[in-house]
Amino acid sequence: MWTYLSTGTNWGGQAGLWTNILDQVEYSVIAIVIASLIAFPLGLWIGHTGKGGTFVVGSVNATRALPTFGLMVLLFIVLSPHFHGRSNAVYIIPVEIVLVLLAVPPILSNTYAGVQSVDPAIRDAAKGMGMTGRQVLTSVELPNAFPLIMSGLRSASLQVIATATVGAYIGLGGLGRPIYDGFQQGPFQDTDPSRAATGQLLGGALLVAVLALAIDFILATIQRYTTSRGITGRYRRSTVLAGSQPVMAPEPEKVISEVVAQQPRRPGLRPDSVR
Amino acid sequence: MFAYFTGHRSEIMAELWSHVQLAVIPVIIGLIIALPLGWVAARFKWAYPPLISVAGLIYTIPSLVLFVAMPGILGTQILDVVNVIVALAAYAVALLVRVVADGLASVPADAKQAATAMGYKPLGRFFAVELPLAVPVIAAGVRVATVSNVSLVTVATLIGTSQLGTLFSDGFSAGTDQSSPILLGIVLCIVLALVLDFAIQFATRALTPWLRAVPKT
Repeated sequence: MWTYLSTGTNWGGQAGLWTNILDQVEYSVIAIVIASLIAFPLGLWIGHTGKGGTFVVGSVNATRALPTFGLMVLLFIVLSPHFHGRSNAVYIIPVEIVLVLLAVPPILSNTYAGVQSVDPAIRDAAKGMGMTGRQVLTSVELPNAFPLIMSGLRSASLQVIATATVGAYIGLGGLGRPIYDGFQQGPFQDTDPSRAATGQLLGGALLVAVLALAIDFILATIQRYTTSRGITGRYRRSTVLAGSQPVMAPEPEKVISEVVAQQPRRPGLRPDSVR
Repeated sequence: MFAYFTGHRSEIMAELWSHVQLAVIPVIIGLIIALPLGWVAARFKWAYPPLISVAGLIYTIPSLVLFVAMPGILGTQILDVVNVIVALAAYAVALLVRVVADGLASVPADAKQAATAMGYKPLGRFFAVELPLAVPVIAAGVRVATVSNVSLVTVATLIGTSQLGTLFSDGFSAGTDQSSPILLGIVLCIVLALVLDFAIQFATRALTPWLRAVPKT
């Protein structure tokens, strides 16, 4: 693996690792941006008005059951006859559709759960101060929901980066490329003393893991410095609102948020009490 | 789609069965490992942050990466089913440690005190009082783990493990009528996920009779 990663020629060129990394980031960012544009306003609206909560929970559970790999292959086969010419849109479009489908539910459900989990007393106080619905949403509900919204964005990003590798199967570039190509040549069974295929496969795998960790770290840092100080308690230790601290692990929030979505009134299950 | 099913019945049933095993066994293993870890995280305050961060870190690793790295870690062959089971069990542990810890933390302190006053020793109290009361929260996590497992298993097709995802690669490499096996695979995956989800909800209901003993306020 180290031989593969430390060989300079593997990094350059059209099919080199740098191109793979940049492609992987490009596919992921496109999907996350599109998904955020759809899910974020919708989640805020549903959370604010309280309409359609069951729809959110139901659709999130339904999409989780959807095998993304199968959908990707199906879309490719259905769409590919309609593309001509030399562009690689034929690979990108099916993959992007799947990635957006994958990224919408966590962002949507966490935005919704975040807004819903805002203490009704705080919301009442804001209304009592004469804030309009829009002001309540932007200056009270949004900052309070922000940690949960960010954790939704983080788990969506992780799933998208992970799943984008699968696109290599239908011929897309990105970091799935070295993994899949290495596998095709017979990993762990290659008799070649340099074990080049194994190195290529594991090298690609390591880079995906590192990329996923790096993106999560960047988002965690953004979360840390954009969350209102009144929420994180970085403002002054003694005035921290009971337990409304940002949560660390990316994925498991979704579980909590769903528990919240299903049983919003049960004490002890609200995200602010579980930390 | 139906014609394809009738034409390949025995293979598809075999794939469905291995899919069920690959989806369910890792969650069971994951739950068994996550219970003591979650207990530690709930019981000792200092243990919560490191355990939860490590769990979050495991979840960050893409599934395909975990699948292909397993033979290197375990010393198994790449086609070995154990790779898939261990990789998916790692995800299940990562997801469930937090859920178990939060579930146990959600048990009301009065219930624990009452149990102690009734003479329960710590271990007995855990199994007779705390764990059952944490079931609703833990079950919600198990549902998530199981349902997402059903779709994650299909990725194992890329490393050559036979399950419903094999239908996708069959369709991809087929000459004509490629969409039938793929559609069939997707439908079977969704149906399986729904069935397993329903089974867990049913089990949860059976395990939590007290939730229906008192009318909801």
